[in-house]
Amino acid sequence: MKIRAVPAILASLAAATVLIWAIRPDKALAVLFVSKDYLLEMLCILPPVLILCGLFDAWVPKRTVERLMGEASGIKGTSIAFVLGTVAMGPLYAAFPIGKSLLDKGASLYNVAAFLCVWAAIKIPMVLFEIKFLGAEFALLRLALTVPAILFIAALLNTFRMNTSRIQ
Amino acid sequence: MFIAVIWGVAGLGLVLSWAKNRGNTRKALQFFRRAFLSLAPSIVAIIWTIGFILTFLPSEFVLGAIGRNAGIMGVVIAAVFGSIVLIPAFIAFPLAASFLRQGADVRAIAAFVTTLVMVGALTVPLEMKFFGRRFTLLRNSISFVMALVIAFVMGEVLR
Repeated sequence: MKIRAVPAILASLAAATVLIWAIRPDKALAVLFVSKDYLLEMLCILPPVLILCGLFDAWVPKRTVERLMGEASGIKGTSIAFVLGTVAMGPLYAAFPIGKSLLDKGASLYNVAAFLCVWAAIKIPMVLFEIKFLGAEFALLRLALTVPAILFIAALLNTFRMNTSRIQ
Repeated sequence: MFIAVIWGVAGLGLVLSWAKNRGNTRKALQFFRRAFLSLAPSIVAIIWTIGFILTFLPSEFVLGAIGRNAGIMGVVIAAVFGSIVLIPAFIAFPLAASFLRQGADVRAIAAFVTTLVMVGALTVPLEMKFFGRRFTLLRNSISFVMALVIAFVMGEVLR
């Protein structure tokens, strides 16, 4: 999204809310209440994540990240990406600034893409929860298919990005 | 729980950092300030949109529409629905389980759960701010396709 698009979108959302308020005040209130809940959630999560990214940016040398997760890190780097993504908790949008910090510090695009997808899809408590509700067969089969899917997505993202850099 | 832990870790990190090197800590706080201010307007826009969608698109209605007779279209609708909504797993799994018990297509449920976690249509603007348009659109669309693949493989295996 372009920076200039945001005020326009906010204005349209405000207009739409006022319009709904005129027709169905209860629905407009519902929109605002749902939004308030999510806003509070994001305001609870993003500041500490950004503070940690700031500390990471200020303290961790680029060399270290390059060595651990850079282009030459091989399976070790991808394993680190998987462990980081699995043990972390929280919604995917919390992973964006972290993945970006890793990328800026020299982690490979493949590893950052894998980190993002693992963060999104694989969490130990979430897998246990899924087993409880949807059954072990369903949850473990889905997990077994998700891991290769993530490696495939990361590889594809890596290839596409390499193509662009060659064109430029 | 997660929120308490992450605030604790961030606070402890700041204190330790301040004790060791004030310059680096100021750098970290400037990074925080810059990132937060540049993200805030997009975040409000995304959340407001979420408010609209969750108000006018009841989950029960959509998940009810993807019963066992819905076929491949039902699987696609489930995947699209999972891509749009942002519901935490601890709500989504029990909901999915109740629809599975009521006879929903296992492929549709697998597609819904997979896109729910891997594809975030509403957070695309936020993701683009960090990784750019190309990466974001590719990651989400490939993840969407892979979710469908996973769903159909699961349909074959669990039949």
